Amino acid sequence: MNLRMLGVAAIALLMAGLGWFVAQRQTGEAPVAVPVASAGATLAAARAAGSGASGNTLDAVRQGKVWVVQDGESIQAAIGRAQPGDTVQVMPGTYRETTYIDKDDITLLGVIQGGSWPTLDGEGQRNDAVLYSGNGIRVENLKVIGYKGNAIMGQAGNNFVIRHNWIANTGVYGIFPELGQNGLVEHNILTGIEDAAIYIGMCDNVHVAHNEVYGNVAGIEVENSRHVIVENNVATDNAGGILAFITPGLPIKTTFDVIIRNNFIVANNHRNFAAVGSIVSGVPPGTGVIIMAADDVIIENNVIRGNRNAGLIIADHASFANITPDPEADPYPDRVQILRNFFADNGTDPMKEIQALMLTALTRQGPDVVAVGGGHDSCAIDKGAFKWLGIKDYGTCRRSSSADVATYLLAQPAAPRKLEITDKGKLLYAGICAGCHAYNQRLIGPPVREIQALYAGNAQGIADFIANPAKKRDDFPPMPPQGHLSADQRLAVAQYLLGVQK
Amino acid sequence: MGMPTGRAVRRNAAGPRARSGTGGGRLVAAACCGAATALNVCAVLLAMAFGAAAQGAAPPQPAPFELATQCAAGFVLREGVCRLHSAYQQYTSLQGAGVGGLKAGLPALRDGYTPQQIDLGRYLFFDPVLSRNGRIACASCHDPGHGFSDARPRSVGVAGGETARHAPGLWNVGFLHRLFRDGRARTLEEQVQGPLYGAREMGNTPEGLVQRLSAIPAYRRLFGASFADARDGIRSEHVYRALAAFESSLIALNSRYDLYAQGVADALSPAELEGLNVFRSFVARCTECHTPPLFTNQQLAVIGTPEPPGHPFDAGAQAAGSDARLRGGFKVPGLRNVALTAPYEHSGGFTRLRDAVAFYNLGRGHAVPPGERLSIHWQISEPHLSEREIDRLVDFLGALTDESFKPQRPAAVPSGLPPG
Repeated sequence: MNLRMLGVAAIALLMAGLGWFVAQRQTGEAPVAVPVASAGATLAAARAAGSGASGNTLDAVRQGKVWVVQDGESIQAAIGRAQPGDTVQVMPGTYRETTYIDKDDITLLGVIQGGSWPTLDGEGQRNDAVLYSGNGIRVENLKVIGYKGNAIMGQAGNNFVIRHNWIANTGVYGIFPELGQNGLVEHNILTGIEDAAIYIGMCDNVHVAHNEVYGNVAGIEVENSRHVIVENNVATDNAGGILAFITPGLPIKTTFDVIIRNNFIVANNHRNFAAVGSIVSGVPPGTGVIIMAADDVIIENNVIRGNRNAGLIIADHASFANITPDPEADPYPDRVQILRNFFADNGTDPMKEIQALMLTALTRQGPDVVAVGGGHDSCAIDKGAFKWLGIKDYGTCRRSSSADVATYLLAQPAAPRKLEITDKGKLLYAGICAGCHAYNQRLIGPPVREIQALYAGNAQGIADFIANPAKKRDDFPPMPPQGHLSADQRLAVAQYLLGVQK
Repeated sequence: MGMPTGRAVRRNAAGPRARSGTGGGRLVAAACCGAATALNVCAVLLAMAFGAAAQGAAPPQPAPFELATQCAAGFVLREGVCRLHSAYQQYTSLQGAGVGGLKAGLPALRDGYTPQQIDLGRYLFFDPVLSRNGRIACASCHDPGHGFSDARPRSVGVAGGETARHAPGLWNVGFLHRLFRDGRARTLEEQVQGPLYGAREMGNTPEGLVQRLSAIPAYRRLFGASFADARDGIRSEHVYRALAAFESSLIALNSRYDLYAQGVADALSPAELEGLNVFRSFVARCTECHTPPLFTNQQLAVIGTPEPPGHPFDAGAQAAGSDARLRGGFKVPGLRNVALTAPYEHSGGFTRLRDAVAFYNLGRGHAVPPGERLSIHWQISEPHLSEREIDRLVDFLGALTDESFKPQRPAAVPSGLPPG
């Protein structure tokens, strides 16, 4: 395991160094072809390193344009110019803007020079620093401070890489990929977040490693997500260190196959400063790890020390504050596996509910591990080594290690669904043209049959016309221009239209 | 080109700025035939049956009703049934849930109906014969001119009294797996029975419905042409299915927002883009529940909007059988064409869209009546948005408007009653 970790770290350093090196060479605004690793390539390398194979990082480098943003310039303007495959390289300086990436395969790469970072400053006014919806987005080397909402938030982007960012006091969440598949969140430092510093929300196949989270309400939260590994992180001085939840009322209803291993989860005794009514406002301060309703969670080889309420709480929905019911979500944590961990000095000042359990169990010792509510088929190794409450029915785990699962990152990047409808022209015709044109019937515009007669064999003529239509006929309203469609799209739809037969 | 063909269909002069969304053959009103006489007789009989004169009962030009043979706009005929074709079908969504960001796949649509079933549903939707006294059609409260919603805060039923809630818009309703504002129905077929038989809505009975429709020769023919097993007689299930077919054809996925989502960078104005970024930020948090591409995550949520003055508290999902912690909970509505569906919220408490948006900025639970203890949804926070940001949100919501596939209101319906 340690060797593999070194491998990941070495590649990470190589990547970071490459970015820095590129920046040193590169000034000015002209796009220049420079090798920069894409999100996809970085993911592939991370996966290869995690599985013990020798990831060839040279293959991971691709040619793309680099758009350099200097202090005083707009990052968003550069993102606007960038095309899929390009890199936006942000030089040290202070940037006061909200950026958003609604295209695929863009790398947003900060350059750190002599300890000076490119800093996005929300000044307590702006909502988010980086929003992305595209696939294959990589965000790296940014310092983000003073936003109200998130530092970095993804909405449905797959194959994301968020690494080596330094995030402080950015409101509700620090790093929040949502509804994405196949992502890497590593080597980030986050503090001062009023909910989860790193929040994996409704995602699949995510690797969270080598991050430091301190002084937040929740350090790392895995919510309504599957196939997530949280390893080699430091979570300290949060109200709750690491959480794996099913939150009810969300459109994705499950959390399972989560591995929490090799983390330092130490002294998470911060006051809970979450907003009233938020789910994490119910996190009892002084808690190392909470498993709520999540299934098939492995907790292994962590140092869980000095968390005054409890080291590890396993709870169902009914046992947790602020939870509204969801008949479509299973409220019980099943098949939780507590493997060997280093528990010490937890439960020295437990909450009232745990004190009541201690009373019932006739013990004065606060727990390292406490389970409340329902759930079945959970297990533990070496129960005698730690203080526990409520896990009497836990049997001995059959497995002693999760080493067989090196990573849940995908072997191949999550790809767009293979189209059942492969014809771009047909899609455009049905999606746009059919609102005004039918084959042999007058709607808003003339029947397709008449257009076919006029433009027989001349698809390009139609493609040109629809880009900037002139009013042709007194008996029809003018057609709205379709110039926003690319030339390829216009030609494809024109070709399709000429072949429509009913 | 330029010469109208002999088969060109007469434009419906009475209709709105009409787009015959459901393809060809819908308004084939060109020629009269023998059925016209029967139709007029039928209309008179119906008017007598309802004990009320259907004003100007005879349509201007009685027509033999024929059903479309082509699918609604946006659909393509495959193996005899209509299948949606949308650019969103080229994307996936996490766990197939149909929620996500800009390029996320749709939830499953209730498609697979025949063109005839969809078109029969259109006639039924606009035909007041479905109500107890022949005065109200589905379209009376789900008006295509108002985003298939109602300009009244609360709709008015057959007896002239108000219903309890504001009529929800119907665009994209075929994607939903929870129906009614309190989410109590799971299918469109189950849902339509609520208004059809509700005493405060259309006030009909299954027997009354079937009896009236069966008395109309044109309907007997059209049902027979739409459902093989209706040739032996119309059943209420046929009515539900035809209405479900029509409602499932109401697709709005072609707004300027959609163009932006598909990669047309300048499809949104700078103000709308700014609004999009407020909408999806974790400060306003709109997108957490109003999740693209349908702008709903289809969950129940307790947000605590106020009732209009003088109206009792509406327990919503709790009254529909959910847990007490969902007291005052309602289904998250989709926001497509929301600019057209004023007034807003479950009981029409907000006249303007901006008021509905500003509600979320006025403090968590600020409108909860004294004595009520509601479990307000965790995403309802204190976002402290600026007035400018609220304006931009309204701008963005306007970019979700798309009526390009709006179906045409029929000039006449088989009952001979004035179309709703």
